[in-house]
Amino acid sequence: MKLITAIIKPHQLDEVKEALEAFGVAGMTISEASGYGRQRGHSEVYRGAEYTVDFVPKVRLEVLVDDVDSSDVLEVILKAAQTGRIGDGKIWAVPVDEVVRVRTGERGVDAL
Amino acid sequence: MPFAAEPPVINEAATAFMLIASSMVLLMTPGLALFYGGMTRSKSVLNMMMMSFGAMAVVGIVYVLWGYSMSFGNLQDGGGDIAGIFSNPFHLFGLSQLTGADGAARLIDPFGVGVWIPEYIYAGFQLTFAVITVALISGAIADRVKFGTWITFAVIWVTVVYFPIAHMVWGGGLLSGAEGGLSAKLFGATDGVASVLPIDFAGGTVVHINAGAAGLALALVVGKRLGFGKVAMRPHNLPLVMIGAGLLWFGWFGFNAGSELAADGVASSVWLNTTVATCAAAIGWLVVEKIRDGHATSLGAASGVVAGLVAITPACGALSPVGSIILGVVAGGLSALAVGLKYKFGYDDSLDVVGVHLVAGLWGTVGAGLLATKTGLFYGGGWQQTVLQVLIAVISLVLSFVLTYAIALALKATLGWRISEDAESEGIDQAVHAESGYEIGGFPASGGRTTSRPVVQAAKAEGANA
Repeated sequence: MKLITAIIKPHQLDEVKEALEAFGVAGMTISEASGYGRQRGHSEVYRGAEYTVDFVPKVRLEVLVDDVDSSDVLEVILKAAQTGRIGDGKIWAVPVDEVVRVRTGERGVDAL
Repeated sequence: MPFAAEPPVINEAATAFMLIASSMVLLMTPGLALFYGGMTRSKSVLNMMMMSFGAMAVVGIVYVLWGYSMSFGNLQDGGGDIAGIFSNPFHLFGLSQLTGADGAARLIDPFGVGVWIPEYIYAGFQLTFAVITVALISGAIADRVKFGTWITFAVIWVTVVYFPIAHMVWGGGLLSGAEGGLSAKLFGATDGVASVLPIDFAGGTVVHINAGAAGLALALVVGKRLGFGKVAMRPHNLPLVMIGAGLLWFGWFGFNAGSELAADGVASSVWLNTTVATCAAAIGWLVVEKIRDGHATSLGAASGVVAGLVAITPACGALSPVGSIILGVVAGGLSALAVGLKYKFGYDDSLDVVGVHLVAGLWGTVGAGLLATKTGLFYGGGWQQTVLQVLIAVISLVLSFVLTYAIALALKATLGWRISEDAESEGIDQAVHAESGYEIGGFPASGGRTTSRPVVQAAKAEGANA
């Protein structure tokens, strides 16, 4: 199994979610995150005083998938999240040893 | 003050107007709490708002006990004035004298024009001015002072600085048009009234120059916030700031038009002048921002509104609508430029009490001398009015600054101003008030943070099981 984590632009979330649902992914978890990459932050001006805001708002999306689906799901997220402009984010996948569904106690792929 | 030969008759239209105007001015202080609260960081929003509400609570009481006596106790019977500086604090202590022997409320006609209103509501109207003036100062020392020291300061400051200055300007004292006043001494008097009357319709000197100079003195004595100039101190909630500016604008009609003490033609022209000056100041501020910083900001619009209201306050009864537009646009532009001064000079006037209230208050008071339709320099009225306006502005500024500085130093040596550095960096709301303004990032489905539970109820439950 793999844990796929995507850091995306907040306004791309709906598109990514719909694409994943269409692909057949049953669930996902999101959290609000802040960060910067090559695009750096932006600047704001209050009463003439300029502030640099380094960390810009992002959404962190996490999906657990079977190994065989991993690269497809990654591709689905990539397509839906891509605007081609700077600040689109990153996606990565890491191996997962064990997954348990809390309600039933099912383990492994059955718990996905 | 003139006693009519026949017993005076209450003017019910003016009385109704003053009841409404006073209530509107009182609303300005909660409005100011929002305006200031939104500008602080989220960890200190409650303390900022509490400085306004705290000032409201104590100054309201002090005003009834000895404040009205010190500012206006002499108006009705001429008794109690002390050298034109203040009036005897015990002359009308507690204001029980305002109900006459016949059980009826005593009437007053402060301008001697035959419009009699109950002195209770005149005192109430003036009370609301004292409250907001003290609250205005708090913006200069946001995020960092002990609440008890602030409340103590409010009582001492309003007594030593505000009540005397209000007496000097409005209570027939040294800075008024009275026979013994500054203007009469400089430019002469006819029939007991100065030939050139100082213009301060609703409180450019008493309220705004006074609060602005006091804010500067306090910011200097109290010192900078931790990390000032290094850490970003952005406003945490601009919608609150804009709601606050809106409430201030609304309440300000009570402040300015109400200062006519009657629902008449002057009050109507004041209403219009107040509106257009404020509109013009918002534009003035935004134009400066757009040219200098590249953006017209919401904080700039809200600040421009307040700068315009401040500037038109002394001048609103003496200008034409077009004169008010000129006064306003200059006020907005000047204040937008002035708020940057604190970084140049290195004092932490956190929410720009100096840049907005002192600068716009000075401009409004001096500008009234230039733009007054009857006596102004630009209207061919000669230079006397402008000179007089500069004098009353500078005297109020110096008086307020010096006295406030002394009070602030005395409090620094006794109660102390600053909360601990730990408390300041953790946030003054939690440290001083044991509250937080917002529950952000909690888990609503579980009723808030999972670790929080009501302590009292938990203890009772344990007791029941024992």
